[in-house]
Amino acid sequence: MSGGVDSSVAAALLVEQGHDVTGVTLKLWGGESDSGCCSVSDVEDARRVAAQLDIPHYVFDYTEAFDARVVDPYVAAYRVGKTPNPCVECNRHIKFGLLLDRADALGCDVLATGHHARRVRDGSGRVQLERAADAAKDQSYVLAMLTAPQLERVRFPVGELTKTDVRAHAARLGLRTAAKPDSQDVCFITRAGRGQFLSDRIPVRAGAIVDGTGAHLGTHDGIAHFTIGQRRGLGVSTGERRFVVDIDASSGTVTVGRPADLLRREVALSECTFVHESPTPDADLGVQVRAHGHVAAGHLTRSGSGATIAFTEPQPRVAPGQLVALYDGATVVGSAVVAA
Amino acid sequence: MDPAPEIAYLDYAASTPVRPEALTAMLPLFVETFGNPSGGHAVARAAKTALESARESIAADLGAEPGEVIFTAGGTEADNLAVVGAARAARALGFGDHIVVSAFEHKAVLASAARLTAEGFRVSEAPITPGGIVDVEALGGLVDARTVLVSVMAVNNEVGTVQPLADVARIIGAQAPQARFHTDAVQAAAWVDVASLAGDADLISVSAHKLGGPKGTGALVVRGGVPIVPLIEGGGQERGMRAGTSNVAGAVGFAAALHATVATRVATTARVTGLRDRLVAGLREIPGTWLNGDPAVKVAGNVHVGIPGIEAEALLVLLDRAGVCAAAGSSCSSGATEPSHVLAAMGLDRTDALASIRLSLGFASVPTDVDRVLEVLPAAVRQLRGAVGVSR
Repeated sequence: MSGGVDSSVAAALLVEQGHDVTGVTLKLWGGESDSGCCSVSDVEDARRVAAQLDIPHYVFDYTEAFDARVVDPYVAAYRVGKTPNPCVECNRHIKFGLLLDRADALGCDVLATGHHARRVRDGSGRVQLERAADAAKDQSYVLAMLTAPQLERVRFPVGELTKTDVRAHAARLGLRTAAKPDSQDVCFITRAGRGQFLSDRIPVRAGAIVDGTGAHLGTHDGIAHFTIGQRRGLGVSTGERRFVVDIDASSGTVTVGRPADLLRREVALSECTFVHESPTPDADLGVQVRAHGHVAAGHLTRSGSGATIAFTEPQPRVAPGQLVALYDGATVVGSAVVAA
Repeated sequence: MDPAPEIAYLDYAASTPVRPEALTAMLPLFVETFGNPSGGHAVARAAKTALESARESIAADLGAEPGEVIFTAGGTEADNLAVVGAARAARALGFGDHIVVSAFEHKAVLASAARLTAEGFRVSEAPITPGGIVDVEALGGLVDARTVLVSVMAVNNEVGTVQPLADVARIIGAQAPQARFHTDAVQAAAWVDVASLAGDADLISVSAHKLGGPKGTGALVVRGGVPIVPLIEGGGQERGMRAGTSNVAGAVGFAAALHATVATRVATTARVTGLRDRLVAGLREIPGTWLNGDPAVKVAGNVHVGIPGIEAEALLVLLDRAGVCAAAGSSCSSGATEPSHVLAAMGLDRTDALASIRLSLGFASVPTDVDRVLEVLPAAVRQLRGAVGVSR
């Protein structure tokens, strides 16, 4: 229970269904934040909703694991020119890792969250993860690393609802979080921004901005401020739209180019996971590379723990470190991380 | 959901129920003797009389003069006033700019020390032995001619160890006679005779709700002549050291609770010691358990146990769901359990600290509380130790 409306309604629906529900809020980030120490106001919202639902509520301190498994790797990835997705890593290691294990240790049958995604059984009785009923709020992308054994133990009660339905439920139940705005950003990045967060943690090392021919266009004060495909804030003026097409962490060089320079036929993947291990050693799949990005058609070829996607149509280059979610129609097949 | 289990309350070090004597004494103050004691008419006079009677009673029970008792809104404010107020006053008088605190003080003291650091004071932390006792010799090496204040708690809030305050006072007297001595006796007053344990202290913090009084009421004993710069200013109440309309009902409840505590201390200690010994013996049957804090110097109500192979955060959930109220670490305002700086100061490693919980008994503890813990806790430990990860 984050203190937001989705997890509030998820808890309320489970209580209405007659389950024995325990509410948990995770304390993840111990550093500076916009909402104050330990996001006390969000915890208080969750606590009040739990009290309203007459369920016990606990706060679990995962700040150390969050630093070690999410924040430190996030900073380390930017340091070497990658673009990580911290929400994915938090889901992988904290929510559906440590918390799921703890829920099991506490004797809970399932762990429910307020994510917008559907957990269903297919025709042969296997558990599957599908896109949410509300396509605009679908969060299956950030859950694509879940595997069948995990999916057996999780529930996403609001994944069957539209966001409008969720807010209507919250209003009907008189939950104090009914009108609370959706959270948007990475929870540990303040309004000062990602660049500030990273430059506080990564030694600033100036480097060159060059074009595809190696011609010097300008300088920058650290590669952490750049991500593949970025257009704004390049600080160079060439008369036409330029995008970051490459980041060389070893030399600190940022290469910019035209949109066409970004297009790739293939993307190499590492850290592949599959919901079910058995099917699709090689398959035609839908490939999504951003939380709310479009789906491109591609062919997956596996090799060991890695894989390659060959796109049907060339796609803009994806930053190393980004999560790739693989779909068969609306069903999640698996996930991978874009290799360097 | 299962029917609500009967509650076994083992968190007396966090707070206690209000004693019947205190409740009875307080009730008239809300609706009859409700006047502002600073006023000049009959209702005000009656409130003033109640307030000053409470002050006299508390002073007598703490071994102080009535004029030395400054009412505050609790132990934290008393600690803040003592540490910040005394240090600022001493520096203004040119006495120095250095303070010493023990490393496992309550956050009310440590936060005050941090504030003083920000104001340019030097702050030294006296180390703690593995048994949970301040290292008096090391403390002696930290004080110097510029030291204006030494703060060492009377009883630690997490592990319940009674501190050698007479030894601390002797070291201060020998090596830094100009320094004032503050002790946070918030956890002590329920169990030990503050007048004798803290007899050498210049400043003594106490709190009502740790011994059967109401929350939001405490006091700072300020021995005659110790200069203090107030933190809360206004109408000049509490001899100018703590402005604000007096919490008369709180003071009266505090006085009644403290007096009942003192009057029944020997019997309560004997009874709770029996409960504690049975609880410890039962916990010892869980393989691998250890006790935090030297048992030879612990107050009767404190059991702090380490249980290898479990996480306290998870164990507390299972205990709570079975109706057993216990605690671990110190609570943050979010309700999360933070790693204990007390156990760290005693040299416990992180894993051991996070595997430790506090079960604290008090004046209203009953044998069935211990029965319930010994029924629930071993099973909860077996459950947690038997868990295998499912996430991957």
